[in-house]
Order: sequence, then C-alpha cells, then structure tokens
Amino acid sequence: MSEIKALLARGLWRENPALVQLLGLCPLLAVSTTVVNGLTLGLATTIVLLATNTLVSLMRKALVPAVRIPLFVLIIASLVTSIDLLMNALLFDLHEILGLFVPLIITNCAVLAQVETIASREPVWRAALAGLAAGLGPCAVLAALGALREIVGSGTLFAGMSMLFGEAASAWPITLPFDGMLIAILPPGAFFGLAALLALRNWSIDRRAQRAAAQ
Amino acid sequence: MAGAEGSVVRTLFVVGAIAVAAALLVQSSYEFSKGRIAANERARLVASLNSVLDPTLGDTDLNPVLINAHDELLGSPEPVDVFIMMAAERPVAAIFATLAPDGYNAEIQLLVGVSPDEQITGVRAVRHRETPGLGDAIDIDKSDWIRQFDGKSLANPMPPLWAVAKDEGAFDSLTGATVTPRAVVKAVKNTLVYFAAHRDELFAAAAGAAADGNDQ
Repeated sequence: MSEIKALLARGLWRENPALVQLLGLCPLLAVSTTVVNGLTLGLATTIVLLATNTLVSLMRKALVPAVRIPLFVLIIASLVTSIDLLMNALLFDLHEILGLFVPLIITNCAVLAQVETIASREPVWRAALAGLAAGLGPCAVLAALGALREIVGSGTLFAGMSMLFGEAASAWPITLPFDGMLIAILPPGAFFGLAALLALRNWSIDRRAQRAAAQ
Repeated sequence: MAGAEGSVVRTLFVVGAIAVAAALLVQSSYEFSKGRIAANERARLVASLNSVLDPTLGDTDLNPVLINAHDELLGSPEPVDVFIMMAAERPVAAIFATLAPDGYNAEIQLLVGVSPDEQITGVRAVRHRETPGLGDAIDIDKSDWIRQFDGKSLANPMPPLWAVAKDEGAFDSLTGATVTPRAVVKAVKNTLVYFAAHRDELFAAAAGAAADGNDQ
C-alpha cells in the first residue's frame, strides 16, 4: 500500500515532471491558455505514458539493449500517431486548437525518460502506476496553469469544456465580472504563471520543513 | 559464434515484430478515423461556407462547385479555392478562400462571399495568428468588426475609400492593431476586383464542372 502511495507521490509531487524536472515545458507553456486546452493535452500525455510504460515493461525481457532507444521511439510514435488520429476523428474542435502539440508528445522527453528509467526495469504494475502518476502530475499542472491564465487573461473559467465533455458541460463556463489582462494569455503569461506555481510549491515545502524542525 | 549469430537473428526478429505491430496499430486507427475526419472537415467547410452566404438563400439546396483560381489578387502564388454555389444549375454566389498575405504574424485565411451582382455577402477569418486581444478582433468569435463588409461593393464605397479609417478610408479600424485590418480590407477589395474581371469565366467553368458531375 505504502509502495503504491510512494509511486503516486513521486509522479504527482516529489518528481512531478512539469514542476520539478521541468520537462516537456514547450507544450506546457504553449497550450495552457484555458483549462480545457491544458486538461486535454495533459490527458493525452497521460494516456501515452500509461500505455508506453505498460507495453515496454511487458516486453522488457524481450527487448535487445543495443537497439532499445529506437524501439522505444517507435512504440511511442505509433501510439501517439494513433491517439492523434482518434482525437482528430472524435474531438475535432479540440484537435483544431491543440494542432501540432499532440504529435509533439512523441518528442516529450518526460515520456522517454519514464520508459528508459522505469518501464524497462520494473514489473508491469509498478511501471503502469509510475506512468499514470507521471502523466497525471503534469496534467494537473497544465489544468492549474490553464485555470490561472484563463481567469486572469480572459475573465472566464471552464470556457469550451463542452468540446471535451460533450453537451453536459455546456453550463460549466463561468464568466467573471472583468475582461481579463491580455498578458496572461500571451506567451510571457505562461512563464509568470509557471513561476507562480513553482513558488507556491517551494513555499509549501519550506513551510513543512520549518514545522518539522520546530517540533 | 553461434551465440552472436543467434543474437543478430533475435534482434532482427524483435525489431521486425515491433515494427509490424506498430504499423498495424497506426493502420487500424487510420482506417477507423479517416471517414470521421473527412466528415468533420466537410461539416466544417459547409458551416463556414454558409456563414458567408446571403442569409436570404436560407434553405435553398446549394451545390458547391470547387474551382481553382490563380491570381495574385487572391493573395497567394498558389491556386486558390473558389466555391461557386449552384442552385439548380444557376450560380447564386461565389465564395473565395482568399489569403491576406500581409497579416501581422502570418497570412490570414479568409472566406469572402460575393453575390452575382458583385456585392459582399459575408467575410470570415477562418485561420489566422493575429495577436490575442488586438488583431484577433477580426475573428467573428471576438468581435463584429468583420461584419462591416456585408453588402459592400466596389461602388459602395468607391475604390479609393476601401481602406481603414486611419488611412482616411470608409472602414473601421481596430484599436491597437493597424496591420491586421489593413491586410483584411485590402484582401477583400482585391477579391472584388478579381471577381469583377473574371465573373463570367468563373460561372462558365462552374456550370461546365457541374454538368460533367451530373453526367457521371
């Protein structure tokens, strides 16, 4: 039980690829203009991580070490291509917005790092769980950064969620009583937002350490 | 020696098996998706074509005939798509996929609807990378700016007035954006100029293509 907890904590908090390792920042910064954009790319990345970690871990004994990296890339690329095609077919409007960033998951170094360091060494269930956590961690960061930028930049929250969740979500969008500051949805806003999230994380770690020291 | 050969064979086998599996996966998702993707794109095209048509055409059963037009006035060195909308063999509108090559960040993809009497029935910016909050007001989702072209023609206003207010023209400017509205006004004007010169030619080509289509 505690092992599962530790695996999840590692991906979600202690080694969160987006907040700690600062991997895969290019799509993170480019796409996080609204909650729905961030959440969708985060979920797509999570599915890729879960699937590649599981597959590679299943095959880890059969893989030939000398050609493992090309094989990893082949597996990741074919999975991402399939997900890209399926999103284009089933979530057309979102696919229009996310555009190039879905195929770019192939080059997300967080994915290759997971496969190389965890999936090719660990049993299937551990690899799958680590992949899931390493996907959900950045997914949460993408959604949080999306929410922050959407509130500050556009004065809305959850706009366009029906593109992902269907008609049921058409009542979700909240419009706040101000127009928003443009800078938050422009590229610099992504850096300010990420800096704020990093500061928040460091502050909470510091506070916890101080409390522990005081006791 | 036998061991080394064995490992080469094994490598080839593993690589081959994974490559085949990957190809099958991509192929089957492609087979599953391609029909839906084509349907999505067609639906979007029809919806965007309808958005620049004269609303009084309403429920008329229209058949879009695609023609390529090649002219610098349409903003591209490549052939540009022109949809001639046919209602029972008669052309009732032309829709140009005009490019405004001098957008602020990148070229702006427009759809310009023109009636046979050379009036604009609607303009939409269908793809652009104008700055959020400034130039992107040309997008119908952001503001009504683009609607001011409805009903305009080269006689109303006269050609010298086909410019933004900032350049002493008849069209509203956009606060904070100079380049974007200039590019759009120029592209719409050029489309009208092109249509005035080539109208009969385009309609004849469309009628011919529609007749060919019916023969098949």
